[in-house]
Amino acid sequence: MPQKTATVGARSYDGPSSGWWFAGPAVAIIAVFFLAPIAASILLSLTDFDIYALADWQNLRFVGLQNYIQLFHTYRFWVALHNTLYFVAIGGPLSVAASLGAALLLESKLTRLKVVWRTVFFAPVVTTLVAVAIVWRYLYHTKYGLFNLALTKLGFEPIDWLGDPHWAMPAVIFLAVWKNFGYNMIIFMAGLQSIPSELYEAAEVDGAGPARRFWHVTLPMLAPTFLFVGVTTIIGFFQLFAEPYVMTQGGPEESTYSLVMLMYEQGFRWWRLGFASAAAMTIFGITLAATLAQIWLQRKSGV
Amino acid sequence: MAHLYEHLRSGRLQNACALHATVAIVLLTGGCRKVQEPKTVVDFWAMGAEGERALPLIEAFEAAHPAIDVRVQQVPWNAAHEKLLTAFAGNSLPDVCQLGNTWIAEFEALGALADLTDRVTASEAAGLIDPDDFFPGVWQGNVIGGRIRGLPWYVDTRLLFVRTDLLKQAGHADLPRTWNEWMQAMRDVQAIQAAGSYAMLAPTNEFETPIILGMQAGSAMLRDDGRYGDFGGAEFKRAFEFYVNIFREGLAPKDSNSMISNVAQEFERGTFAFYVTGPWNVQGFRDRLSPRLEGKWTTCPWPSPDDSWPGVAIAGGSSLVLFENSSDERRREASWQLLEFLAQPRQQVSFTLCTGNLPPGAKAWEQSGMRNDPLFAGFYEQLQNVRPVPPAPEWEHIVTGELVKRADAAINGRQTVDEALAELDQRVDEILEKRRWILDRQARLQQ
Repeated sequence: MPQKTATVGARSYDGPSSGWWFAGPAVAIIAVFFLAPIAASILLSLTDFDIYALADWQNLRFVGLQNYIQLFHTYRFWVALHNTLYFVAIGGPLSVAASLGAALLLESKLTRLKVVWRTVFFAPVVTTLVAVAIVWRYLYHTKYGLFNLALTKLGFEPIDWLGDPHWAMPAVIFLAVWKNFGYNMIIFMAGLQSIPSELYEAAEVDGAGPARRFWHVTLPMLAPTFLFVGVTTIIGFFQLFAEPYVMTQGGPEESTYSLVMLMYEQGFRWWRLGFASAAAMTIFGITLAATLAQIWLQRKSGV
Repeated sequence: MAHLYEHLRSGRLQNACALHATVAIVLLTGGCRKVQEPKTVVDFWAMGAEGERALPLIEAFEAAHPAIDVRVQQVPWNAAHEKLLTAFAGNSLPDVCQLGNTWIAEFEALGALADLTDRVTASEAAGLIDPDDFFPGVWQGNVIGGRIRGLPWYVDTRLLFVRTDLLKQAGHADLPRTWNEWMQAMRDVQAIQAAGSYAMLAPTNEFETPIILGMQAGSAMLRDDGRYGDFGGAEFKRAFEFYVNIFREGLAPKDSNSMISNVAQEFERGTFAFYVTGPWNVQGFRDRLSPRLEGKWTTCPWPSPDDSWPGVAIAGGSSLVLFENSSDERRREASWQLLEFLAQPRQQVSFTLCTGNLPPGAKAWEQSGMRNDPLFAGFYEQLQNVRPVPPAPEWEHIVTGELVKRADAAINGRQTVDEALAELDQRVDEILEKRRWILDRQARLQQ
């Protein structure tokens, strides 16, 4: 049957039109809801579109790269960039490590009630972030919070988690890692399950202990999973917004102020959409560069 | 009417409100006949609690105008600004809308607000709306370029909540009337306070206190018709130094609002003697403070840098505006009728009883009995001397985006007063660049 269809198709081939009929709806939707807005926002980033332009198109000026230049001269952009990189550099690896750790525990033969644990670990992923952030704001409360209760019980000084500029970002990172590790954990579990057991058996016969089996069998076999998880985590973590927006509003002393918050504030609070679009393009560029660098590094290290 | 107000005070607010609105319905429906025509629809957006609590007034209006159907939509305050701008862009603004005072300039610049001048003049002649009854400073905020763009619905201003007992302990029997007296009072209170307690609480993430002090010192904050910032000018600098010194001398905590979890509790404990806040906390404190504290606190109009007491404060609150985007003449007329109805002193009284908000006109203060409430007396006095903020659409960005940050830097010693104000002016000038360009172009076109 497939053979016959192919020959019929080849005989009556009338150009690429039939292919377009299949791909058309999807392409149209992507063009309207994805490509067009991206093109519009690139154009927008070259103008000073704002509330005045909203009132009257004559108030719109083409400003070239002025928005970008102004952005790079804005002190708060560098603060936001620094905070976002801090969040990605610490939070990203921590999140991947937590996911892998949880996946290994769940795949261990000794673990009982796997379904229960899997559900428990995955639950934060499907919980609404805003609700979670509000609950965590209570957990972090200086006087009545659970974390400080534990700290004081253990004989440590209580920490002003969300009020101290040095602790606010670690607090946000901790929340983000807890919220997100379940998703990657599921992907790691799938990766672990696809490793043939013969490899472990062969390694065992060769005299490899658990640590060496992990290092020489598990990790190399998980390399494609690592690449996927690493890239999606980096992209996701660059979009830090809701956690600080709900818990700290970017404070204290702007220590949790992120790039996306800057974009949101400029665009929807002050309605400077031109400038906000330039910020969006910049965030896209930075994320893309970080992702490419990561792929390049992993390829280079040969895994 | 005063007995109705007692209901409000005793917390039986809904009863008083429902009763008053029913009286209004009975009064207004007398003589009305059923109309069979299709009803004219008026879309009305109200923000926050007002959207819910104003419903009895809307019912009264509908009872009096059977041919009009008012559709009320409640918009949460923190999403209101975005939603209104989006609606403007999408051409889906309502007919009548509650608008924060400080947004009027912005929507006027958008060309979204209907000019109410002629309608108000006609209504005044008919004895319905009385522009002279509104507090002058509040009314002023609704008039831009000589045209009336909104009608005040309720007012709001900030002043000092004072623990008079603490003040007495510190040797001050009278409330301060000048900045010098106030500063001395704060120092004396601080001297008898325990560690961790202060003379004053003025959350550093709120722009109101430095702006109010700046107004009192005579600064216009923006110069040349809002083309440039004037924060580095001598007047604002004097106010800013006064403000920053309160914190630097340790008379107020250098915290933002979020650090204090329960203000009423801390006020009762005497953690601070002066607290800069607004009318919503009068009822809030009445409900939460223990009876022990009765008579030990009051509301105090602002001291003044000279002897012209009380010092000026910001005219806040909400106005009602017409967007008049409908092409249907009947609908526009019906929208105006709703606006005219709500702006009359009689309805201001109902609204006050329904919401606990401060009425914008003197008559409603008398008739609602609010005038006799000792805790609101400070507000009544203060409202005689309020002024709107500069009518530049960028104002909100300037104060919440920049002023608060520079004040924080000066308070925490990361910048000197001069450095902070110079940087503030520089940033404000950047924000106002577009406004300068537009104003200059308009000037060129007019020549």
